Order: sequence, then structure tokens, then C-alpha cells
Amino acid sequence: MPDLVLEGLTRTFGAVNAVDHVDLTIKAGTFVCLLGPSGCGKTTLLRMIAGLEEPTSGSLRLDGRDLTHVPTHRRDFGMVFQSLALFQHLDVAGNIAYPLKLRNVPRERLEARVGELVDLVRLKGFEHRAVSKLSGGQRQRVAIARALAVEPSLFLLDEPLSALDAKLREAMQVELRELQRRLGITTIVVTHDQREAMTMGDLVVVMNGGRIRQAASPTEVYRRPADAFVADFIGTTNLIKVRRKGEVLLCEGGQLPRADIAGEGIVSIRPESLALVRPDRGTIVGTVSFVRDLGASVETFVSAGDQSYIVVASPDAWSPVQAGDKVGLTVAPGGVLVLPS
Amino acid sequence: MKRERPRALADYLPVAVPTAVLAIFFVMPFGIMVAISFFKRVQGGFYTPDFVFDNYARFLSAFFGRVLGFSMGLAALVALIAVSIALPFTVQLAALRGRAQVAWLVALLAVLSLSEVIIGFAWATLFSRTAGISNILAFLGAMARPVSLSPSFGAVLTGMVYQAFPYAVLILYPAVVRLDPALAEASRTLGASPVRAFLTVVLPALRHAVGATLILVFVFALGSYLLPQMLGQPQHWTISVLVTDQAVYQSNLPFAAAMAVFLVLACLGLIGIATLVGRQKELA
Repeated sequence: MPDLVLEGLTRTFGAVNAVDHVDLTIKAGTFVCLLGPSGCGKTTLLRMIAGLEEPTSGSLRLDGRDLTHVPTHRRDFGMVFQSLALFQHLDVAGNIAYPLKLRNVPRERLEARVGELVDLVRLKGFEHRAVSKLSGGQRQRVAIARALAVEPSLFLLDEPLSALDAKLREAMQVELRELQRRLGITTIVVTHDQREAMTMGDLVVVMNGGRIRQAASPTEVYRRPADAFVADFIGTTNLIKVRRKGEVLLCEGGQLPRADIAGEGIVSIRPESLALVRPDRGTIVGTVSFVRDLGASVETFVSAGDQSYIVVASPDAWSPVQAGDKVGLTVAPGGVLVLPS
Repeated sequence: MKRERPRALADYLPVAVPTAVLAIFFVMPFGIMVAISFFKRVQGGFYTPDFVFDNYARFLSAFFGRVLGFSMGLAALVALIAVSIALPFTVQLAALRGRAQVAWLVALLAVLSLSEVIIGFAWATLFSRTAGISNILAFLGAMARPVSLSPSFGAVLTGMVYQAFPYAVLILYPAVVRLDPALAEASRTLGASPVRAFLTVVLPALRHAVGATLILVFVFALGSYLLPQMLGQPQHWTISVLVTDQAVYQSNLPFAAAMAVFLVLACLGLIGIATLVGRQKELA
């Protein structure tokens, strides 16, 4: 099975390392999400894989074949761009047929393949529609069908869903994931949306400052983040400075149960692992600074000294408090996560 | 922004000044020219108001037909060459960093500020036997001895393309800059070589801008009357040269006006046909 292997891949712009010695092996058929804040190098990394950006150093191999200096048009990868880059002078079928025509696919086979792809992305009846007359989701599907037309060995998507509204985006995430599973094609998606990454990815690659901070399954990056950056970027978390004292960890406003830490360090506690209790029952005591009722859940912000804690609870489990109330906090068993410093 | 239809007469006020300028400096002189084209010429004098078709009749000869054909052909060739050089140039220019782009655009504007006379003399010198580029070629051994390259058709063509090139770039530039760079990249990821991506995606995406530029450069080149005289032989003279000749040297304003009117009509006709053909293709 063809694996994609990146070794020490680096791209420098001036004095900045946009991508800094990235090593990554992607198994065939994996759905990978490159996740990170803007400017973290995820798009540059994807563009290097596509051949649109020349690596400053490092190498790229697919199935043992060195692709580092192979020009884009000989890589046979399918790519969906953030702007979609649909060809306005061609209709839906024309866009999908474009890569096939470049390869001089005979007319009959070409038409059959376009028909298959139109079915695949559920655009039957729209073949001869101008791309400018399509909705956002339909345009998205044309871009996907066009990129998949020649059955590429690698399917790359650069923030493909960022132009869609929230509802449609969630629907497309599921659709994209199902499509990928059906075709079994190795897929790499760049996104800055951690929910999107968690929905679609087999492997979530969290990047920051041009480096990979963690590459693991969605559950693992959430439950066992490699460092404070990952813990903070994936979902919401409380990053708490602690100091070991005997059997407990001291923190602002009180103490936490013992964890595997010596001296000083940082722990992460997910908001759902904290619970609000009466001040005398909590291990941490603080003052409510803000309450945000989102309907499905309630977020309570509690400040204690310099530290701010976020507590998330379902409305049923939440005891009514308001800003200024003194409250206690308790941690669910196993809720304290020690982060390597 | 929502635009409301003008209702009262006062709503037209903002366009009053441009309309007046157009009317006074464009429509009226053009009207006078059309009128004069029907006037009767007084031999050795000027003209008297009349309504005769003599001037147009004189024009309908093999000689003027040939000159008109040559003028149109030359203008079309200039437009074609200038745009074929300007398009790849502008695409490359748009890929440069901001500051480099500004430098190039300033240089192009500098060329535009040169008068046609200076351009004509500069090229005449460059094409001369004594001080021209053939001297360099002879020095380098590419040529046995320096030759005079002007006056000739090639010299006229070169001078006019040189003059039209900055126009072509400046007209194409806004459209090229707006073009999504991802289009060419998408084409390359789909299997097109850079040249093929340009031909199959970039060029079609810019087809309207290219069409408009071709027409504008064509009209611009059609009006050129100095360069054909300075760099060409009499058989390379265009209708514009003959119009100048009749109006200025032969004092035959009615005939010059008739030729100018005919040139405008022929030009509008060609542009009309080009637009129709373009629209037909769009529908197909």
C-alpha cells in the first residue's frame, strides 16, 4: 500500500521558516487533517505536497518514489482550493472533464467517467449548468468531482469548506468523510476549525510555528494533548499553573488532587471535568465573573486570583449562580491532565 | 449600493458637465466633420456648403480601397502582436512583488509620455545603417556589414507595436491582477503543464479583457499617421496619413473629412462584427 512519507520538509520565506523540518508518515487510505491557527504553515505544507511550493530542504516520497522535485502536473494528485478555482468558461461537465481531456481520454470513456462523477457528488441534471449559477455547496461538489476525476493517488483540500455557512459546512464534513471512506483514498485536509478536524480526521496533525506539535487520532489529541498549545487549541480547556506540595497540587484559589508532577508545572482540565459546588465543598474557591447560557450547555467563568476557570455543564446539572457569587469547584476523577513542560 | 432611477430633471445634473464636455469637444467637431464631408470643394480655395457625394465617390477607387485594406490589416497586425506580447508579460508582471510591479508600470507610463515624433526618430536612428542595431549585429559577427532597416514595413510594424505595447499592458493589467492565481494552480494539479494551463485556463478566463484590448489597440493603431510616414515607404502609408495629407497639404478638407468618416464607419463595422462573433461563440 502506498504510504506518503515526509522527511525534514522545510520551506523558508526570507528569514521565516514557514514549515520547519516536518516528518510525517501517512498510511494509505488515511484521512488526515492538518490543523492549526492561521500562519502555522499548514497551507504551505499542503502546497509542498501538491508541488505548488518548492521545499527549501527535505524530501517527499509516495510509495517509495521520490516526488520532491516532480512538477505538479506529473504528480497526479487531486486538489480542491480554498477559492475552489472553478473554470468559469466551462460548465459543470466541462470542469469535471477537464483533467480527462488533458489526458486524451477517448470520448466514450470520458463521458462515462463524467457521468459516474456527477452521480458520485449528486449533481445529476446539473451537467450543463454554468458554474456561476450553482449554490455554494454545489460548487464545492464540482470542485471535488473535478479533483477526483483521474482517480488520484492523493486527495488534497485547502480549507475547502471555509466559504460555506455553518450548517452546510457540517453537512459537507460528513459528506466528505463518507465519500473518502467509500473511495478509500488517502486524503489531506487543511483546516483551522478543530471541530472539522475532529469530525473528519483519522489522524489530526496539530501544527504551530511551522512545526508539528502532535499527530494522533482525534480522541488522543483531545484526551492526551502533547503540550499546552495542543490542549488549548483543541477544544476549550483550563490551563492551570500548579505547584506540588506533599500529596496535593496547589493552584490559585485552592488545590487539586495529586497528579504525576514534581515541583512546578501546568495541568489541563477540560471544562466538562469541573463541577460547581457550594463554596465549603469545593477544593477550589472563586467568584463567578460571567455566565453564558448557550441553551444546550451553560458556561460559567470563575475567577480565583490570577486564574480564570471555565466550567461547562448541561442545564440540568447546573445550579443557578450569577456573576459575583462565591462558588466552589471540584474536579472529576481523572480530570487532571499533566502537560509536559 | 442601491441605485434609483432619475425622476426629476435635476437628477441628471451630475452628468450635465461630462455630457456638455462630450457634446462640445466630441460630438460637435464630429458633426462638423460629417457636414464638411458633403461640402463642395473649391479648387485653389477652400469649400462651399453644399450636399454632394463627390468626395465619397472619389474615395471609391482601387487605390483608396487598397490603402484602407492595408491600414486595417496593419492595425489588426499591430493589435495582435502587441497583445500577444503584452498578455504573457502582464501575467508575469502580476506575479511579481508589489514594488517591482510599480517600477515596471512607471517605466511603461514613461513610454506613453513620449511623443510619436520622438518614438519615430528614435526607431529611425535604431534602424539606420550608420548608428543602428545592425551595427551591433555586424560588430558581433551576426551580419556581414551594417544595413539600413528603415524605411520598411518591418520598421513601421516595430514602431507601432512599441507604441501600442504599454497601452495593451495597462488595459490588461487590472483584469490580470484580479485573476485568481489558484486557477492556473488548479489546472496544474489537474495535469496541465504551465504552458497548457495558460492556454486552457488563464487565456479563456481573460478572454473578455483580451478582446477589449485587441479592439482598443486596433483603433489606436488605426489613428497612427506619423510612424508610417517616418519609418515606411509611400506604399506603407495608411488612410490616416492620406487624411493628414489631404487636410493639411492639399487643403482638401471635404475629401479628408469624407475619408475620416469612412474610416470611422469601417472601424465601427469591424468592431461590430467582432463583438457579434464573440457573442455567438459565448452562446455556443
